[in-house]
Amino acid sequence: MSFLPQVAFLIILAVAAFILTKRVRFLKRNILLGKEETRNDQPEVRWKTMLLVAFGQQKMFKRFIPAFLHLLIYVGFVVINLEVLEFILDGILGTHRLFAPILGSVYTAAINIFEFLAVAVLFSCVIFLIRRNITKVPRFTKPEMKGWPALDANLILVIEIILMMAILTMNATDQILAARGDEHYIALGTLFFSSLLQPLFEGMSDGALVFTERFTWWFHIAGILAFAVYVTYSKHLHIFLAFPNTWYSNLKPKGEMPNMPEVTNEVNMMLGIPTDAPADPPAEIGRFGTKDINDLSWVNILNAYSCTECGRCTSECPANLTGKKLSPRKIMMDVRDRAEEVGKSIDSGGPGLEDGKSLLGDYISKEELNACTSCNACVEACPVNIDPLSIILQMRRYVAMEESGTPAQWNAMFQNMETSFSPWKFSPQDRFNWADSVKEEEIPD
Amino acid sequence: MSTYKVPTMAEMAAKGENPEVLFWVGCAGSFDDRYKAVTQAFVKILNKVGVSFAVLGPEETCTGDPARRAGNEFLFQMQAVPNIQVLNGYGVKKVVTACPHCFNTIKNEYPALGGNYEVIHHSQFLQQLINEGKVVLQGGGEFKGKKITFHDSCYLGRANNVYEAPREVIKALDVELVEMKRCRTKGLCCGAGGAQMFKEPEPGKKDINVERTEEALATGAQAIAVGCPFCLTMMADGVKNKERENDVKVYDLAEMIAKDMGI
Repeated sequence: MSFLPQVAFLIILAVAAFILTKRVRFLKRNILLGKEETRNDQPEVRWKTMLLVAFGQQKMFKRFIPAFLHLLIYVGFVVINLEVLEFILDGILGTHRLFAPILGSVYTAAINIFEFLAVAVLFSCVIFLIRRNITKVPRFTKPEMKGWPALDANLILVIEIILMMAILTMNATDQILAARGDEHYIALGTLFFSSLLQPLFEGMSDGALVFTERFTWWFHIAGILAFAVYVTYSKHLHIFLAFPNTWYSNLKPKGEMPNMPEVTNEVNMMLGIPTDAPADPPAEIGRFGTKDINDLSWVNILNAYSCTECGRCTSECPANLTGKKLSPRKIMMDVRDRAEEVGKSIDSGGPGLEDGKSLLGDYISKEELNACTSCNACVEACPVNIDPLSIILQMRRYVAMEESGTPAQWNAMFQNMETSFSPWKFSPQDRFNWADSVKEEEIPD
Repeated sequence: MSTYKVPTMAEMAAKGENPEVLFWVGCAGSFDDRYKAVTQAFVKILNKVGVSFAVLGPEETCTGDPARRAGNEFLFQMQAVPNIQVLNGYGVKKVVTACPHCFNTIKNEYPALGGNYEVIHHSQFLQQLINEGKVVLQGGGEFKGKKITFHDSCYLGRANNVYEAPREVIKALDVELVEMKRCRTKGLCCGAGGAQMFKEPEPGKKDINVERTEEALATGAQAIAVGCPFCLTMMADGVKNKERENDVKVYDLAEMIAKDMGI
């Protein structure tokens, strides 16, 4: 017996593990380019949110058809990956269908379930390809989806289709060989879906069948490992990051903007209010608001890497619906792309954040920021609780407080508020005039 | 017969009294010609029902909401901190307001600056008064049997999860409440939030309020009910843009209740 296949398998496994570890480190470092923020309060609510929103796909079901198809792929992914455990053990030990003799008829039932799910995944992926490329669902054809994002989405669907076809072909040829009495192969009883494929292969010689069976086996396991690496370069990262992302959801009312304590200290001083702020100012006074990714919270960058570009946010955004430049999905993609750019630059000994570029200006324009109505439709729409609004509002703070770059009409509003304590130019003395006429009216019985 | 009273906190404090609830009027409620009618309607309801209330009157200033949303945190806090000093000085415990933006800011954002109050929107307050039997509706007023649609304000709905109170108030009027295609959590903004009220929209194909008004008109409603001064302006402008101002009116909830009560 040759150990060659086992050695080859171990090498493939080790290479995949090495690349994956490196990629995970890269992503983690990029996410932590963001500012520290502690979000560990109410753990029981956080676990529940993760269970409902990520594991249970609660928010996906606001749109039933894509939610149902997505559920098939999701369940398929989780369940079929149980078989990968057997693949890996078989690969290391040089065995074939290690669990079949142990589990008996349960094994056959399990493989039938896997086959059903493989067909369901295949079906869903085909529908998804049609939605993207033939019926062209509008949210998949927005300007930010041109080029790599569109290719990425199609690649994922095609890879999944090929992987599922490999499983079915493998089972079909495997069972023909078993029926022909090849002692290496175990007859499992009826495998419903792959048996439908058997007529395609029945004319083949034993040798050709063994080759096809082995090829699809290797192709499937190597394909899964390669896909795992690919995912780290892709929007498909949501399959892992949806879980931490929902755990770190914003649990406060959506309308609440976080306070800036550094401004409170200044305001209190100006108003002559004693503050309990420390006498020594902090050693490093950061920027007000957000110009680049390191001004954001790490949760914002985690959000960006969790985005799978489904575009539900953009399709609900009132600004985008009426033809404005703003697309909340693009905001998330920009944050991720900038984090990738900075991360790669740091790793290659480049200038990193000091490359003369920034999130504001080079990726996101003021026109986009100024179009937002802060209506929270994007936040509500996101199936994994991403918060594009938080990023937009932080960037507006930078524009207003560091650049004084707000639109002229807003500056006029600021001036009104400074001088007459109202966004409109009315005299503060007239504020109570509305009551004059009411006070003269008699109350009817 | 007596006239309506609009006591200020200062007058109350001078008499050593403390009202149950402070009515936060807001800038639109104080200065906007159309929304002043809403303020007046709400004050009449409070009088009629005998709610112990007061306003800040000339002591009130902007909550700072539009400045904060436009990015000017400094200016926001320059409004918020003195407001909180005044509110705390009077020992205010409960605030009611007819503006979802004021509601959101005082309820969610003043606590971080030391202002902690029970804050409710006037739709919730009206619902309580109806439920407690304090506001008794005639049910036969000018709205009886009419088709009315409710436009969710973002800062009441998604921002603070208040969806049912305004609907309960409308239903109490014995009307037919019809929903727009996008409602509740999916409600479409009127276009004024996030300080958009104070500038022209960015370049685009259409104004948001026109899009929303088309949706409201598509329900066949004879009136559009709102609970927000900015929404009121935007929807009324939208109706005018569609040249439907003669047959479709835009009302605030308090106005509808006051009309039904005959005040």
